[in-house]
Amino acid sequence: MSNEKQNMSFVDRIWSFFSSITLAIVVFTVISLTSIVGTILEQGAAPERNIKLLTKFFGESSPTVYRILDTLGFTNMFHSWWFIALLFIFAANIIVCSLDRLPKIWKLTKEPIKPLTPEQFAVMPIKREATLKDKPDKARESVEAAMKKAGFALAAHQDENGMQLYAEKGRYSRLGVYVTHLSILLIFIGALIGVFFGFNASLNLLEGTASDVAYRGSAEKTVPLGFTIRCDDFNVSFYDNTDTPKAFNSWLTVIENGREVLKKQIDVNNPLKYKGITFYQSSYGFSPSRDSLFVFNLTSPTGRTESVSLKFGGTFSIPGTAVTGRIVDFSPALGQDPSGRLFTYAEMMNNPAVFVELSEGGKVKYNQWILKRYPQTWRLPDGIVEFVDLWGAQYTGLQVRRDPGVWIVYLGCLVMAIGLYASFFMSHSRVWVRLREEKGATKAIFAASTNKNRLSFEQKIDRAIKSL
Amino acid sequence: MDSSQFFGIASIAYILAMVSYIAYLVFRNGTIGIIATTITAAGLASQTIAFILRGIEFHGIGQMGFMRAIPLTNLYESLVFFVWCLIGGYLIIEWKYKSRSFGAFITPIAGMALAFIDISGMDKSIHPLIPALQSNWLLAHVTMSFIAYATFAISFATAIMYLAVTTDKKDASYSFWTITLGVFLAILIGMGIDFLVFRVAESSPEAFIKSHLFKATFRNSSGFIAALSYAAAAGFIFIVWKYGSALKRIITSFSIEPDLLDDLTYKNIAIGFPIFTLGGLIFGAIWADQAWGRYWSWDPKETWSLITWFVYAFYLHARFLRGWRGANIAMVAVVGFISTIFTYLGVNLLLSGLHSYGGQ
Repeated sequence: MSNEKQNMSFVDRIWSFFSSITLAIVVFTVISLTSIVGTILEQGAAPERNIKLLTKFFGESSPTVYRILDTLGFTNMFHSWWFIALLFIFAANIIVCSLDRLPKIWKLTKEPIKPLTPEQFAVMPIKREATLKDKPDKARESVEAAMKKAGFALAAHQDENGMQLYAEKGRYSRLGVYVTHLSILLIFIGALIGVFFGFNASLNLLEGTASDVAYRGSAEKTVPLGFTIRCDDFNVSFYDNTDTPKAFNSWLTVIENGREVLKKQIDVNNPLKYKGITFYQSSYGFSPSRDSLFVFNLTSPTGRTESVSLKFGGTFSIPGTAVTGRIVDFSPALGQDPSGRLFTYAEMMNNPAVFVELSEGGKVKYNQWILKRYPQTWRLPDGIVEFVDLWGAQYTGLQVRRDPGVWIVYLGCLVMAIGLYASFFMSHSRVWVRLREEKGATKAIFAASTNKNRLSFEQKIDRAIKSL
Repeated sequence: MDSSQFFGIASIAYILAMVSYIAYLVFRNGTIGIIATTITAAGLASQTIAFILRGIEFHGIGQMGFMRAIPLTNLYESLVFFVWCLIGGYLIIEWKYKSRSFGAFITPIAGMALAFIDISGMDKSIHPLIPALQSNWLLAHVTMSFIAYATFAISFATAIMYLAVTTDKKDASYSFWTITLGVFLAILIGMGIDFLVFRVAESSPEAFIKSHLFKATFRNSSGFIAALSYAAAAGFIFIVWKYGSALKRIITSFSIEPDLLDDLTYKNIAIGFPIFTLGGLIFGAIWADQAWGRYWSWDPKETWSLITWFVYAFYLHARFLRGWRGANIAMVAVVGFISTIFTYLGVNLLLSGLHSYGGQ
C-alpha cells in the first residue's frame, strides 16, 4: 500500500485526496463545527455585543478571547477567506468524487438488461417459483399481464434453456446521486455569479423623494441604479386594536430619461423589478426631519373644531379657551400596557406620539402624551386634541438587489429536487422469469434484484405472483 | 366547542396512549395494545378537528384569505403540528410493520413536546400574520419542515432503541445513548421545576426562556442551589447510565430485531432528508428571496438547518460509501436529531435572527 502511494504521481495524489470520502466527512464536520461558532457569535456586530456574550463563558478574559476570535475571522466568518476556502474544497470534493465514480455507474446505466445464464440465474438475490396450470404460451400471457401491472414491460428471449422473459425499471435512477451533486455545484455557481456580478444594497426613501443610487453597507458606498426611483406614497396598516402591522406598501415610480416608465404598488413578498434590479419592501421608519408636519384636529369643550399643522416645537391654542399647547417631545412608537403605563416598542413609526405641554397665561398647567392610534389619549381637561397624522416623516425601507445568478440557483434547486427524488424514491429493479413446461403445466421461476427498498420490491413481486 | 378543547382532548389521549403503550410493552397483553392504538387514533382525530377549528378561528381574526389562515405561524402551532405529524407517521409505521412496540418510544416524544408547551408557558393565543409571513411559500415551507422533523424524531427513537439493544456497558456507544437520554430528561425536569417555581406565562416563549429558563435550578442566583442542581442532574444521568440495560431487556423480550430498527432509522431519514432539503432549505430560500431579497443570508436558523442537513448527509454517505452499520451509524442519527431540535427550538429561544416566528 505504501509502495503504491509512493509510485503515485503528484496529480494522482491530489486526485485521491479530493476523491476520498474521508475528506467529505472531514469537510462536513469542519463546516458544521465552525458554523456553530458563527451562529453563537453575532456576525458583523459591534465588538461590545460579542464581548458581553463571551463574558458569560470566559469572564475576565473575554476581551482577549474576542481578539483571538476576531483575528481568526469568526466575527464575520461566513465571508472569511478560510470559510470560503472550505466551501471550495467541498465543491472540489464533490466534483472529484463524482467524476471518480461516474464512469462505472454510467457504464451500468448504458448497459440494458440481458437474459441471464443459468449460473447467473441461480445467484440472484430474490428468487420465487410458481406453477401455472396453463401451457407455456398461455402462461406467458398471464405473467406478462401481471408484471405489466407491477410496471414491467417484459421482453422475451428463447434459447436452448427455454423461454426467458425479462424487464427492468428505473435504470437511470442510479444517476440520481450525481444529479444531486451537480445541483449543489449549480447553486455554488449561481451564488458566485451573484457575488461577482450583482449587488445587495438598501435605500430609504422619504415619501415624495427620489433617488438614482442605492447604498451598500454601513459606509456611504453608493451603487448607481441607471434610472431614478421615486416613492410617491407609503402606507402601513394595522390589525384592528393591535400594534401588529397588517401590511405595508409603497407606491413607486421608475423614471428614466425624465419619463415615468413604470409605476407599481409594492408590498412585502411582492417586489418591483426593473432592468434586472429588484426593489423589495423590507422595512419602514421615521426620519426626524425639520419639515415634518404634525396634523391635529382641535376641539373646544363646546364642540368647535379646527385643524392645524405644526412643526416640532410649534404651538397651538385650543379654540374657545386660553390654553396653549406646545410640542416638546416625540416618539415613533409609543404604546400603553394594560395598566396604562407607556413604553416604546419599536424604532419604526408604528404609533407616533407627541408630548405636549399645555399652558395658560404663560404658566405650564400640565403635560401629556398624545398617541396617534390611541384616541383615549386625545382627551385633555380643556378639550380634545386629535392627532390626525404626521406628514413627511415616514420613509420606506427598500432592499435593492441585482443578482444575475439567482436563476442558476433556482435551476440548481430544481435539479436538486429531481436528483433527490431519483436517489431516494426510485430504484433500479430488474426481473427475469423463466418458463418451463412440466407435465402439461408451466413452472415459472422468478429472479429479481434491486438496488434500493428491497423489502417493498419483494412484496410487489409476491403480489404479482399471487395474482397469476 | 373550540379548538383548544379538542386539542386538550388530544393531549390527554396522547398521554394515555403513552401509558398504554408502555403497559402493553410490560404486560404484553394484546387487548392493551388495541386500546393503545385506539386511543392514539382518537387523539389524532381530535387534534385534526382542533387544527381545522383553529384555522377557522385564525381566519376570523386574520382578516385574510382562508389559505393564509393555516395555523402554522408561531412556535405553539408548529409544535402542535409536529406532534400531529409524529403521531400520524407512527400510526403508518404501526400499520405497515404490524408492530405496536415502537409506540412506547414514540408517544413519549409527543408527550414531551406537549409538556414542553405547558412547561415553557408558551403563548397559545392566535395572532394575525405580519406582512412577511403572508406568503404562499409559508404553507409549503412549514408543513414540509415539520413532516421532516417528525421523520427525524422517529429515526431518533428507533436509533436509541437500536443502541439500547445492541450495546453493552463497556461500549462507548452505551455511554453515548444513556447520557444523551439522561440529558434530555434532566433538561425537561429542570424546565418543569422552573414552571412549578415561577408559574408565569410570559407573553412569548423567548421572554420566558430569557428571564426564567433554569433560574430555579442550574442558573439559580444562589451558587449553592446551582451546584446542587448540577450534582442532581449528574446523579440522574448516572442512574440512567447505570440502569440503561433494563431498556435492553424490555426491547429484547419483545423480540424486535435490531435489523428492523436499523432499517426503520434509515427509512425515516431517507424520507425525511429529501423533504427537509426541499421544504426546509429550498422553499425557505425561495421565500426569503421573495420577501427580503436574499435567498441565503447565514442567519442562525439557516446556518443551523445547513448543519442539520450536513449531519444527515453524513449519515447517508457513511452508510452507503463507507458501509457503516450498527452503533456508529445509529449515533449519527441521534446527533442528527439533537441538531434538528436545536435548529427548531434552540435557535429561536437562544440565538437571535429572522426566525422568531414573527413574534415582533
